[in-house]
Amino acid sequence: MTSELDIFVGNTTLIDEDVYRLWLDGYSVSDAVSLRVRSGILEQTGATAAVLQSDTMDHYRTFHMLERLLHAPPKLLHQLIFQIPPSRQALLIERYYAFDEAFVREVLGKKLSKGTKKDLDDISTKTGITLKSCRRQFDNFKRVFKVVEEMRGSLVDNIQQHFLLSDRLARDYAAIVFFANNRFETGKKKLQYLSFGDFAFCAELMIQNWTLGAVDSQVADMDVDLDKEFLQDLKELKMLVADKDLLDLHKSLVCTALRGKLGVFSEMEANFKNLSRGLVNVAAKLTHNKDVRDLFVDLVEKFVEPCRSDHWPLNDVRLFLNQYSASVHSLDGFRHQALWDRYMGTLRGCLLRLYHD
Amino acid sequence: MPGKLKVKIVAGRHLPVMDRASDLTDAFVEVKFGNTTFKTDVYLKSLNPQWNSEWFKFEVDDEDLQDEPLQITVLDHDTYSANDAIGKVYIDIDPLLYSEAATVISGWFPIYDTIHGIRGEINVVVKVDLFNDLNRFRQSSCGVKFFCTTSIPKCYRAVIIHGFVEELVVNEDPEYQWIDRIRTPRASNEARQRLISLMSGELQRKIGLKVLEMRGNAVVGYLQCFDLEGESGLVVRAIGTACTLDKLSSPAAFLPACNSPSKEMKESPLVHPPSHGCRSTHNSPIHTATGSRLTQNFSVSVPTLIYTGMGSGSAGKEGGPFKALLRQQTQSALEQREFPFFTLTAFPPGFLVHVGGVVSARSVKLLDRIHNPAFVGIMGNTRSYKLLDWNSFNSDEPETRDAWWAEIRQEIKSHAKALGCHAVVGYSESTSICEEVCILSASGTAAVLNPRFLQDGTVEGCLEQRLEENLPVGCGFCHIPYDELNMPFPAHLTYCYNCRKQKVPDVLFTTVDLPTDATVIGKGCLIQARLCRLKKKAQAEANATAISNLLPFMEYEVHTQLMNKLKLKGMNALFGLRIQITVGENMLMGLASATGVYLAALPTPGGIQIAGKTPNDGSYEQHISHMQKKINDTIAKNKELYEINPPEISEEIIGSPIPEPRQRSRLLRSQSESSDEVTELDLSHGKKDAFVLEIDDTDAMEDVHSLLTDVPPPSGFYSCNTEIMPGINNWTSEIQMFTSVRVIRLSSLNLTNQALNKNFNDLCENLLKSLYFKLRSMIPCCLCHVNFTVSLPEDELIQVTVTAVAITFDKNQALQTTKTHVEKSLQRASTDNEELLQFPLELCSDSLPSHPFPPAKAVTVEKASPMGEGNFRNRSAPPCANSTVGVVKMTPLSFIPGAKITKYLGIINMFFIRETTSLREEGGVSGFLHAFIAEVFAMVRAHVAALGGNAVVSYIMKQCVFMENPNKNQAQCLINVSGDAVVFVRESELEVVSTQQPTANCQPSCTGGEVTT
Repeated sequence: MTSELDIFVGNTTLIDEDVYRLWLDGYSVSDAVSLRVRSGILEQTGATAAVLQSDTMDHYRTFHMLERLLHAPPKLLHQLIFQIPPSRQALLIERYYAFDEAFVREVLGKKLSKGTKKDLDDISTKTGITLKSCRRQFDNFKRVFKVVEEMRGSLVDNIQQHFLLSDRLARDYAAIVFFANNRFETGKKKLQYLSFGDFAFCAELMIQNWTLGAVDSQVADMDVDLDKEFLQDLKELKMLVADKDLLDLHKSLVCTALRGKLGVFSEMEANFKNLSRGLVNVAAKLTHNKDVRDLFVDLVEKFVEPCRSDHWPLNDVRLFLNQYSASVHSLDGFRHQALWDRYMGTLRGCLLRLYHD
Repeated sequence: MPGKLKVKIVAGRHLPVMDRASDLTDAFVEVKFGNTTFKTDVYLKSLNPQWNSEWFKFEVDDEDLQDEPLQITVLDHDTYSANDAIGKVYIDIDPLLYSEAATVISGWFPIYDTIHGIRGEINVVVKVDLFNDLNRFRQSSCGVKFFCTTSIPKCYRAVIIHGFVEELVVNEDPEYQWIDRIRTPRASNEARQRLISLMSGELQRKIGLKVLEMRGNAVVGYLQCFDLEGESGLVVRAIGTACTLDKLSSPAAFLPACNSPSKEMKESPLVHPPSHGCRSTHNSPIHTATGSRLTQNFSVSVPTLIYTGMGSGSAGKEGGPFKALLRQQTQSALEQREFPFFTLTAFPPGFLVHVGGVVSARSVKLLDRIHNPAFVGIMGNTRSYKLLDWNSFNSDEPETRDAWWAEIRQEIKSHAKALGCHAVVGYSESTSICEEVCILSASGTAAVLNPRFLQDGTVEGCLEQRLEENLPVGCGFCHIPYDELNMPFPAHLTYCYNCRKQKVPDVLFTTVDLPTDATVIGKGCLIQARLCRLKKKAQAEANATAISNLLPFMEYEVHTQLMNKLKLKGMNALFGLRIQITVGENMLMGLASATGVYLAALPTPGGIQIAGKTPNDGSYEQHISHMQKKINDTIAKNKELYEINPPEISEEIIGSPIPEPRQRSRLLRSQSESSDEVTELDLSHGKKDAFVLEIDDTDAMEDVHSLLTDVPPPSGFYSCNTEIMPGINNWTSEIQMFTSVRVIRLSSLNLTNQALNKNFNDLCENLLKSLYFKLRSMIPCCLCHVNFTVSLPEDELIQVTVTAVAITFDKNQALQTTKTHVEKSLQRASTDNEELLQFPLELCSDSLPSHPFPPAKAVTVEKASPMGEGNFRNRSAPPCANSTVGVVKMTPLSFIPGAKITKYLGIINMFFIRETTSLREEGGVSGFLHAFIAEVFAMVRAHVAALGGNAVVSYIMKQCVFMENPNKNQAQCLINVSGDAVVFVRESELEVVSTQQPTANCQPSCTGGEVTT
């Protein structure tokens, strides 16, 4: 006796959260069944393995049918085939678009193209995430990217509108899209200590301050591309380190203000010129695409690592950066105060976030 | 020209991409009614076209309005080649034809294609202007209301219940016409869908005419079925109960009184038939009718079973004279009728007086192909043929089918008479077809009815009479309707345990729902008897003979199984009994489902005793006593499980006929064995000592095993196949209707009856287990109206389809009620009677319901993102809160827990075909059927929503015919569903309206609305 056909269709579509998770994680039906058995469900419910198998198959089939709709979440809301309560719809969407930290760190800043897709095999091996799940996550990134790439208006709003994600997840996707578009390098060894959250935090600051949208909210790509004019202007900051008097003045202003307040004052004093050169040079180089990509590498190399090797406490870093940015306003010879604030305001936030072990 | 149909095509959405180059579609719509077609403009390059068409107007006869469906076809315009069809929508405009139902059909309909399934949606508005034109000779029956519900619909009151109406139409099946060889599967499927739609329209119209002739205005318990006879044609037949209904209009002030679901049930006369009961003493095959030959068809009419109940001819308060009078009255009222049958399963108060027992009849027929080239020619020539009655071509055909059914009905009628009953209630008919053999079956419950409902007169009159009668509460229906001295079969009678005045049988079987005022002890449960019998493959007459020889044995076995299982549960009555016999190429399957209960009025059932034939063998004895112990333990366990604790009654009060408990504990294989007729069949165990299960008999051994292998549902679950579960009355509003289908392939080797039985038994048990597992989140819950259907699509395939509804109930309240259950139910029964008199309580406000579902609550977003930050604030509202699709509930029950049905919008009767030539790509047979059933649900919901409704009640999947050919990567499925579209209002919302409402029974209903259906 073999079961040829075995289905269950409810007027309200039954969604089992646990099975959904297993499906999203890319487990095959048989793997999912054995995982469920291990969870002790048979003992709790008195069911048999055959029942579990049938139930799992059924849910997988439902999810498979829903997947097409999940690719365009508004469709899920308007379709008539599956009657699903709104809270469940939201859960389905949210979980479908959720991603693994380990996975996103691997592809963050990479071009979302076919070539990368081939690397998914390696990522799967490296992270232990099933290939199927990697594909789903990668395809989600790509799908969101394609849809919002050319759109006007706020990136987060667009994502939310077209994919009906929660605010937090939409912000994460905004970061992913932003990174993918600007191809920021995140995979270098010295960047491995950074979490996706660190990058997403920086992305949000940069989107808010450094993109076209920060100036004009009516242009296409406004939140995705950096403001080219702004990057061009950043060259002007170079005088802060090129002009020897200015640099000295800047240093003395900072040192005066911080004397006695910093535990690492002497180290700071000794390193001031290097640090300042580092930060200003990063700005000046941002006209080249390649240097834009290396932004995070540079920040870590030029600022985070030197400070860390001198064991600056986070609070000292904060005091220093605050003073460092603020003191420029007292430099009479320096005219690009607004530019400096736009640059340094964001950079200060980023650096504080990046500064940890 | 009595009607103008107006149609407007508004827009489409989610259309499929028809032009690969542009990834877009140039869609337009054809609107067709009868032979008139209109087209919209082509809306270029869009998957969401906005046609916003003018009103297309069709001026048509009301006859056509009833028969024809409105046919909407969405196409993709192609300049160079033929336009491609995207899909179709058929809209039955019948609900617009009577005044109280829907006034407009407006909404999004899924665009359906028989090959691709649902492909987007279309927004349509339909209206009908009817001109009054009553002078003409009426061919149409506009205005007659149809209900699938097998009780008087809520918000109506029965003035007269006229009785049985039936009709059938026959046509050639387009699938079997010669043209089918050259047309595409799509064209063939569409021809079939359209033909069936036309035929059901015609059938409904004809039935409507009969109702008008009887001076009725509605059909209740309308059941329409298709017989796909293959080459010999396609039969659409329907039965129903003609009634004159009055719409109740009750002032809002009365609403408050009844707002708990359980209370509602009690107050509404419909759900709440008065005491009528049925009891069965099963007695086994009575008439072995000899095969009769119709002129041109082979036919064998098969021995029929009467599970009777017996009624005491006279006793108690009513006394003899009254009873005689009553009988006289009813007889005169009913004798005018050819068939005093009623498809209702629940009745207005006072309608049902006594119940005799189950009566059934079966007959095996051979289907003959009727060659008619002329007919085929006409059908083939034109795709837009007008439906042609088979009549016009072969006048023989419908008559033949009519004669077949008339024969069976006649038999049922005579069985009922033998039980001292003049009517049959809970009546239904069915067929099972395999190749050219067809088994026709009919069954019902013999009953004595109150004549007042059957004549012109008012309900008030009936009620008065009822008061006079002063029937004993909760047990009257159990009393035997026939003369004790002249019983149609031997049975054990005792004095009623409730009133102690009249005689009752020891077991009662019926096909109707449990009357809500019946005094029941403990809870009920689903009881099934399952049986397979191998049969040799044979042709034509030999085959029919083989089948008819097997049938009596199957009936007998099924009955024995039911009896044993009932005793094992410690119960004494079955309600909603439905026995299905399915014929296949090489086997017969029998499946009986019923809900067992313990009626307080009937005696305590005896146990089951096992006896061996060779009592000398020691180890054998040991084995027997071991089995016996197991059985006794199971009975004790079941009694505990179902809370069956009948009050102790001292022997003296009851009187003699009750055997000593010890004697009774010996099981009858079945009492019926003592009946004379059994000997005609010469069953191996005929004439043996009753009550003893002979274990030497391998069949019996098997029986014992199957008894013990039936696993009770997990704790927190109950199941029944009736509308409501006895002993549970605190339903919450969380309901989930579902359909589950399983097909197993039998290994063709070693097919024995035993192996077959085991396979079939496992199939059903496993299916139930799966259901319990799937629905575990609803615990405590009850599966209601569990409806199993068995079919044998191929040699080694068994298909079981189950439709049911799971309803959650409140456990705490349940505990309370069970404590004082017996007292309460007695009390309840009497108060009910009083409440029943207050008809205004019957709710039916005409006011439109307020939107029954609250806006979605904030979406709970759980940890979906790995980002650890908790410091984001929501910038915008939760995105999913603006869902536009309204919830439509579906249920096989006639009511919705925690809600009031305020309006019936019309009958839903839909037939779909789905076919695929890429079975593997669609996920195999399971993927294919899963998607199709989901689509059928979606289309039903869309039609209900377009009518302005929010639920379908009395929903039933009448047919699910699935055929596959995996080698060719093909599959086809036909599904037929029906139900009543309704508007319901949550009781909690009603409460808001009126202030005097007692709040005690307020249900947490609103929240349930979005979570369930």
